[in-house]
Amino acid sequence: MAVAQAAQHNREFFWRRLHTLSGVIPVGLFLLEHLFTNATALGGAAAFNEAVQAIQSLPLLHVIEFVFIFLPITYHGVFGLYVAFVSGYNANRYSFSRNVMFVLQRVTGIITFVFIIFHLWTTRFSGNAPSFDMVHELVTDNAYFAFMIVGVIAATFHFSNGLWSFAIHWGITVGRRAQRITAWVTMIIFVVLAAVGVASLIAFRMNV
Amino acid sequence: MSTTAEAVQQAQADSGRKVHLIIERQDTPDSEPYWEEFEVPYRPGMNVIACLMEIQRNPVNKKGEPVAPVTWEMNCLEEVCGACTMVINNKPRQACSALVDKLQQPIRIRPMRTFPVVRDLVVDRSRMFEALKRIKAWIPIDGTHDLGPGPRMSSEEQQIAYELSRCFTCGACVEACPNVNDKTSFIGPFAISQARLFNMHPTGKMNKEERLQALMGEGGIFECGNAQNCVEVCPKGIPLTTSIAAMNRQVTYRAIGAWLRK
Repeated sequence: MAVAQAAQHNREFFWRRLHTLSGVIPVGLFLLEHLFTNATALGGAAAFNEAVQAIQSLPLLHVIEFVFIFLPITYHGVFGLYVAFVSGYNANRYSFSRNVMFVLQRVTGIITFVFIIFHLWTTRFSGNAPSFDMVHELVTDNAYFAFMIVGVIAATFHFSNGLWSFAIHWGITVGRRAQRITAWVTMIIFVVLAAVGVASLIAFRMNV
Repeated sequence: MSTTAEAVQQAQADSGRKVHLIIERQDTPDSEPYWEEFEVPYRPGMNVIACLMEIQRNPVNKKGEPVAPVTWEMNCLEEVCGACTMVINNKPRQACSALVDKLQQPIRIRPMRTFPVVRDLVVDRSRMFEALKRIKAWIPIDGTHDLGPGPRMSSEEQQIAYELSRCFTCGACVEACPNVNDKTSFIGPFAISQARLFNMHPTGKMNKEERLQALMGEGGIFECGNAQNCVEVCPKGIPLTTSIAAMNRQVTYRAIGAWLRK
């Protein structure tokens, strides 16, 4: 009885830890891969199409997509909505900077969730073959372009700030100093990744 | 040193001064809260407790209506018991060490609503003691025979343990934590820090596994969302976020270790 109860109790611990882990591995890693593939657009349409072709030629692409991207991202997103729902929000009363980041982490998570669904629907599941021209067409629309910018910034913030939180959840950064330095480092990561993402979007739109 | 003339002058200047208080009141555990304003005569060096005592002595609100005196709890009056913790100007803190001269007026006082309110500023903090029981925040030394002295503690560890031992279960961290709410059963930052304190004690270590098990159980450490309000409001400056991260490390090792040993 007690053992069964203990196993039952540890289950939430397990799901929570799996949630923080999945945000970094593999979802975070995929985000990095995706951003850098897109950044090849800065080198022109041909460079991007070549990078897409390289990915398309991977063996068992559908299996890789499903196991390493679709499943973890769905788990992280859906469980994340639950986490955001059971969190309390009191930044109006306690406006300490970390508490504001706590709220932003949840807000950007929800924005990213909606963004990814829309993004997949208009690209991966649109029925069109992935190419520079396809993306160029999409981002020529002003509203679409603006939504992409918001989505890229939200996703890169959520990932970077999530790294900071991940390091605490797993007991990597323990001391105050370590956590403060990690906060700076992760914000630099955010700025760099957001810049890469936005620059790629501009490259797609400009079609240089 | 002030002269007699200066002291008299100061007393005259103070005599007309009032302290303006806005207090969130509640008559019974189930009734609706309401705000009530009070004005009490100022005295140099007075704290919030002195203001509340003044209301108790002369229970009349700002409008001049006689009302039931405001209820609150207090004990040590030197910030070591935690009984008089309330939210003063949006910060959970002890009323005894909240000096009127250092507070912006009007002084807004609320009970810590994260706990069930009994009446006015009195809250029921039993959940904190339940949390301490759950994580076994003690060192079992009772036996049928003398066990002799326990192992010694290094002075380095004593320093850390002393800091952690200053927790007086006041509830400020529980009040400020966004993840202590009615949707979770989070035990609160203080309990995690206490688990760390007793896990680092050479004799307390013998029950380390039980404490970690409790932290991995319902309402445990995984409910923490790293908002870090706890460390900002702790009146004793206890490194609560360091304690949480340190315990995160212990449960991570335990979880992976337990799985690999099976």
